[in-house]
Amino acid sequence: MRRPLLQRLAHGRRIAAVLLSSQYAYMLEYRAEIVLWALSGVLPFIMLGLWSAIDAGGGLGMSSLQLARYFLAAFVVRQFTIVWVMYTFEEDNLTGRLSPYLLQPLPLVWRYVAAHLSEQVTRLPFVVLLVGLFFLLYPAAFWWPSLSSLLLGMLATLAAFALRFLMQFTLTMVCFWSEKASALERLLYLPYLYLSGLVAPLALYPEGVRTFAFWTPFPYMVDVPARILAGETVPFGPSFAAMAAWAALFLPINLLLWRRGLRHYSAMGA
Amino acid sequence: MAIVCAQGLGKTYRVADKQPGLAGTLRHFVNRRERAIEAVRDVSFSIEPGEFVGFLGANGAGKTTTLKMLTGLIHPTSGTVEVAGCQPQRRQADFLGQITLVMGQKQQLIWDLPPLDSLRVNAAVYGIPPEESRRRIAELAEMLELGDELRRPVRKLSLGQRMKAELLAALLHRPAVLFLDEPTLGLDVNAQARVRSFLADYNRRFGATVLLTSHYMADITALCPRVLLIHEGRLFYDGGLETLTQRLAPCREVRLELHAPMGADAFASYGEVESIEGREVRLLIPRERLTEQVGRLLADHAVVDLSISDPPIEDIIGRLFHQGALA
Repeated sequence: MRRPLLQRLAHGRRIAAVLLSSQYAYMLEYRAEIVLWALSGVLPFIMLGLWSAIDAGGGLGMSSLQLARYFLAAFVVRQFTIVWVMYTFEEDNLTGRLSPYLLQPLPLVWRYVAAHLSEQVTRLPFVVLLVGLFFLLYPAAFWWPSLSSLLLGMLATLAAFALRFLMQFTLTMVCFWSEKASALERLLYLPYLYLSGLVAPLALYPEGVRTFAFWTPFPYMVDVPARILAGETVPFGPSFAAMAAWAALFLPINLLLWRRGLRHYSAMGA
Repeated sequence: MAIVCAQGLGKTYRVADKQPGLAGTLRHFVNRRERAIEAVRDVSFSIEPGEFVGFLGANGAGKTTTLKMLTGLIHPTSGTVEVAGCQPQRRQADFLGQITLVMGQKQQLIWDLPPLDSLRVNAAVYGIPPEESRRRIAELAEMLELGDELRRPVRKLSLGQRMKAELLAALLHRPAVLFLDEPTLGLDVNAQARVRSFLADYNRRFGATVLLTSHYMADITALCPRVLLIHEGRLFYDGGLETLTQRLAPCREVRLELHAPMGADAFASYGEVESIEGREVRLLIPRERLTEQVGRLLADHAVVDLSISDPPIEDIIGRLFHQGALA
């Protein structure tokens, strides 16, 4: 018999609290590794150096200051949208750790969501430190985003994380059929890299490429939230609608593959 | 009414069929072949609430596959299963709250944190109120003789302590049906005995139904009045342990350490000589003649050490199957 809604909400809140706190404690055990991961995400700074050196922005309507703010915001967005669920799920599947989790009355996905969110909290101080260092080295680029930009930027970053997680978790379902499904994610990393806005703001891309990019889910994972945070003009409504549309596409595919995958699951390693 | 009921249960896996070597690898790459393996075939049995049943079979006999089907981890290819009134493969929350599966050497505890952290998560997941979960942890910890270990990171615990903590985590929600797959695997004799006594105590105290697989005959003899024997995916025996022991292991293994090496001929009259390596002799002696023959051995030879045990269950099953007793 189903429990009343309020009881279920309280139960969900308790699960979320203990999952997040235990995962945070777990992540703190690996803080050194997380610092290295945070440091390894400085690609936007490298790209900033490259584009600034050839003054690419100037010719295409972006000042060096705008470029610097965009890449700093892209760095921050990237730090909070990193998703690795496929690699963990693949390992859990191969080593048999998945089985005990599948036997508990909690959808497996929430464990991975909690792990990602806890990792982001662990990462936060190092990101703040790196942002501070950036402003120390490039004080002219300092800016306070307006409250609305900040809130919308945070919301867009959260939505970008949710979309990226959903997309990768959908691909992760291939693990039920293939032992090395993470190769797919490596393949997808290339379009993600070029179409998300990590290597350059999409504003600098040729018109045709830019139009094509916005028909994919990638620009909403970095470019859009980064531009909002950097104070650029972004069509909020269509951007959030596009994210919702992509999520609405991936979610049923994910659920279908999950159900089919469970039928195919062989509980290897257990 | 049975709490576990399997009818005509079968599971067929498709596995890649690859020849060794470079040629085999290339052929496999171009023309991938698969073959079907029937891991479990037409298995039927039922278990009443509160029963403690041993599930025996050699490696690859189909024990773990059957347990996975009973818990809903994998879907049967044929037949039906019902556990606690539910179809396991539907994985409904009501069903998951009534069962547990413990796999020796596999863990659900978070490796880098103390077991108490994982127990907090389990308590929340199963909806056990905090006060009640503290009471249950204390009760189970006492039964398992666990104390400070629950506050130490799992990676710092010995195998025996870890297994006991795993049991605690698996039983916190007080499941009505326990599926235990080699819970004493790799533990030393003392730890095995403690886990065994805990399981017996748990079964008595909470009236839980237990299906236990183990390679250690001692686990089965200490805990299971009834056993199921599976061989090559088929159920060969379902009944009392005593009948099975008499049928499958009419002999006990006697190991001797002699003062000086001797030939096999010198021991032929005591029983079946299994092996002789230097000063060490292994004999199989029928149970009914054990006392008499051991007395003779001690009187006739210079014996430095002597031990008596049941032969490994795999040896017993293997030998009997080889002799056609199971066919």
